[in-house]
Amino acid sequence: MDDTLLLDAIERYRSGEMSPQEIIFFEELRKNNPDIDQLAAEHNFFLGELDKLSEIKNYRHNLNEVENKLANEGVISLKEAKAKTKIVYLWNRYRRTIAVAASIAGIVSISTATIVSMYSESKKVEVITPLVDHQLKQFANKLNQIETKLNDAAVGIKTPAKPKFEANFRATGFLVDGDGYIITNAHVVDNAKNIIVENKKGEQFSAKPVYSNKITDLAILKIDDTLFKKVTNLPYTFPKYSAELGEHIFTLGYPREEVVYGEGYLSAKSGYFGDTTSYQISISVNPGNSGGPVMNKNGEIIGIISSKETNADGVVFAIKSKNIYSAVKELKDDESIKLPSVNSLRGLDRVHQIQKMEDFVFMVKGN
Amino acid sequence: MNIYEQEKALLAGLAANDTNAIETIYRDNYTTIQAFIVKNNGYPEDARDIFQEAMIVLFEKAKSDSFALSCQIKTYLYSVCRRLWLKRLQQQSRYYPAFELAKETVQVEDEIEAHEKLNEDFSLMEKALNNIGEPCKSILEAYYLQKKSMPEIADTFGYTNADNAKTQKYKCLMRLKKIFFAQYKNGE
Repeated sequence: MDDTLLLDAIERYRSGEMSPQEIIFFEELRKNNPDIDQLAAEHNFFLGELDKLSEIKNYRHNLNEVENKLANEGVISLKEAKAKTKIVYLWNRYRRTIAVAASIAGIVSISTATIVSMYSESKKVEVITPLVDHQLKQFANKLNQIETKLNDAAVGIKTPAKPKFEANFRATGFLVDGDGYIITNAHVVDNAKNIIVENKKGEQFSAKPVYSNKITDLAILKIDDTLFKKVTNLPYTFPKYSAELGEHIFTLGYPREEVVYGEGYLSAKSGYFGDTTSYQISISVNPGNSGGPVMNKNGEIIGIISSKETNADGVVFAIKSKNIYSAVKELKDDESIKLPSVNSLRGLDRVHQIQKMEDFVFMVKGN
Repeated sequence: MNIYEQEKALLAGLAANDTNAIETIYRDNYTTIQAFIVKNNGYPEDARDIFQEAMIVLFEKAKSDSFALSCQIKTYLYSVCRRLWLKRLQQQSRYYPAFELAKETVQVEDEIEAHEKLNEDFSLMEKALNNIGEPCKSILEAYYLQKKSMPEIADTFGYTNADNAKTQKYKCLMRLKKIFFAQYKNGE
């Protein structure tokens, strides 16, 4: 029996066109000839695949029909796409601020969540319920009040009230030039109207972005506040070479109102989806750590924390420090940055390394 | 009819490729999904894509012998869309969404995996179809995909009678099969 005949037989068998005698004959034939049986099974599978494809194609066709019908009725709106662009953009901004580390721990995310729910209400789409308890915010406010009171009591003098500044995001940045240039992530400061940086003593300075690159996700801020005193010697350097797998690393950042230390190791030489401009590191970070420096044991800054994978624990991505060099090169003519060239942290123990550098790590806030 | 019966009827309709069932499910669920996707760095166009994909997952599920939906259609669709969208964001290296609709979700990993496997098989078949050239491609599509009759095909493609067309169709099918299995075995 040649293939064509067999194909025909199987098709008729499948579609129930065979007479009972034929069926008996065909089944007998398959039983007695393993080769034919094998071929028949193969044909059968193949025709099954074709059938499934046909079914899905028809189904897809119907889906499209229904979709077009509903689009005409306005149930599915495509126009919305354009009207919403602006809102989506803002969303991006708030979302990205948090997406850096999607766990919803910090006060920032709480206030963001509040903003978010405000947005969604004004959009008149279904009200989202962020997975954040709004009472947390009140709780956090109370905590702040208590903290302030305690601080005041401890100092004994009422500190002058800070200018009222309602920040809706918080991240980290650090000095790359003593003249007041701070590096952080582009996603932190893009779209921000006002930016304030705050050192660990709580001194606040206003800053403005002088460089931002969405692709490398690096931004440079310049402190334009007269109160800022220039720093002569930054203690760290930025190596141009690539860090090695397994290197111990540490970071400083502001996932909360106080500077927080974290340590981990370098887990891959490329970042998300093989991105060679960043590293994968294993470290515990939270919203607010974005823009924080990643240091090796010598106190050299090998990277800048940028994002983390939501679904995995401890998978964090840091932009390689050599990108800082290209960022500096791309600065506008009226700005110039001289990156520090002497590393005075080498050989110190960790505690001293941190003491020497923590003054240069800033909280970046804004709205 | 209670909800359970209504949903059962809807799914039966879906399995039979009934447009009314499709339309009802669209009307009941599309807006929520679009809201979710738009809030998570997506555009309404993305929502259409993802929703269609989820509808296909639901279709495959409704058609399978072992079919049993342990939750409401809306929960199932939302779970599938959510998973598919997160995956897509991940593939495009976009940032992860931080906001979720506070909705119940169910485990859909297995179904999505099965669905992706099926998609791969389909794309193998479509690739094979694209490779055999004309008139084979059109003849096979007319017969096997659009389910047209042999006399009709003979007429469209200018064969003198249905038998000639049938012979040609089988020749084409043999070629398609060869290409398909060559790729299929490569892929294994």
